[in-house]
Amino acid sequence: MGFVQYLGKTTLANFNKLGRSSYFLLHTLLGLIELLPRPRLLLNQLYSVGVLSFLIIAISGLFVGMVLSLQGYYILSDFGSEEALGVMVAASLVRELGPVVSALLFAGRAGSALTAEIGLMKATEQLSGMEMMAVDPINRIISPRFFAGLLSMPLLAAIFSMVGILGGHIVGVGLLGVDNGSFWSQMQANIDFMDDIINGVIKSLVFGFVASWIALFEGYDTIPTSEGVSRATTRTVVNSALSILGLDFILTALMFGDN
Amino acid sequence: MQHTNTQDTLVGLFVAAGIVGLFFLALHVSNLSSFVSDDSYNVTARFENSGGLKVKSTVSSAGVKIGQVTAINLDPKTFESVVEMSISSRFNSFPEDTSASIFTAGLLGEQYVNLVPGGSEDLLKNGSAIEITQSAIILEKVIGQFLFKTAEEKADGKK
Repeated sequence: MGFVQYLGKTTLANFNKLGRSSYFLLHTLLGLIELLPRPRLLLNQLYSVGVLSFLIIAISGLFVGMVLSLQGYYILSDFGSEEALGVMVAASLVRELGPVVSALLFAGRAGSALTAEIGLMKATEQLSGMEMMAVDPINRIISPRFFAGLLSMPLLAAIFSMVGILGGHIVGVGLLGVDNGSFWSQMQANIDFMDDIINGVIKSLVFGFVASWIALFEGYDTIPTSEGVSRATTRTVVNSALSILGLDFILTALMFGDN
Repeated sequence: MQHTNTQDTLVGLFVAAGIVGLFFLALHVSNLSSFVSDDSYNVTARFENSGGLKVKSTVSSAGVKIGQVTAINLDPKTFESVVEMSISSRFNSFPEDTSASIFTAGLLGEQYVNLVPGGSEDLLKNGSAIEITQSAIILEKVIGQFLFKTAEEKADGKK
């Protein structure tokens, strides 16, 4: 009997959370109307969400591109087709690794910080304080952070892919001696603007949306104690990573299926 | 927020870097640059069998890429494969009796359409059809014929 009761309780709690998070998302999206006359709020958040994530994204991109190039070269040279190195590096970065890895890093770097910040604001009753002053905390605090995350993600993914391709070029052409001309020309012949690049941008927008939503909701919904904030931060990283990887599979199946 | 000016500059640099990244991907990595403001004309060709030809496969002549395949359909009456190609207007001097054949790049590479110009005075225009075509070589078919032939020769030798 105890198990059945537990099952019912968890199901109800999960549905409750889903409902609260959907309402929270709706409220956050509507906050755009309040946000447009105050671009300064968005700018501050673009700094803390986007600019501060720039370095880790750029450096990771460089190393991922270099490793891809090195590994790809070993396999491709077995088949005597080193010229395809450019396509391999660019396609894997633009389609998959760019959006996914930068979203995972974003969830770890910016998402956890957002959850901790909002959670502490709630624990120290700053959010209630705002409500007391008739300032809507969702419009004022959550919305700017959400839209900053949504805007930063495609930019960060594009930077990741660009730096990765340049890193792949350094290793492939500079160190391993792949022909520079065929590296770029094969890449340009096989990477399609609509199919690959725009789909990559759509992916990173979706990931930015989901990662920011999870981070902000976990912070907003935290139990206002030190332990609650720490648990919420852990949940943000775990849930964002799982959602990003799961959604990536679905998006890939939808986008690249009919080839 | 005290250092708003520095912050503004950094946000500006970040957004600029992101946009540069997108432009780099669009223009330097993808095929966008090769099709921008490029007028083209369409021609069709009927093949008995178009093999592994796909939409976006290359159309080339003398080894130079001049266009791409835009559609492949089956004619319900003649059961031929109707391949539509768009060719860049820079190459608009192909004679009407140009022949089209489907070749494979390398042993296992992609298939592409190769155009060999004829000697006619009239030129291919938008909407014209290429009359002389040669189908794709299906590897299984060739191997099958080869095996059949060797088996036949062996049988003849035993008699």
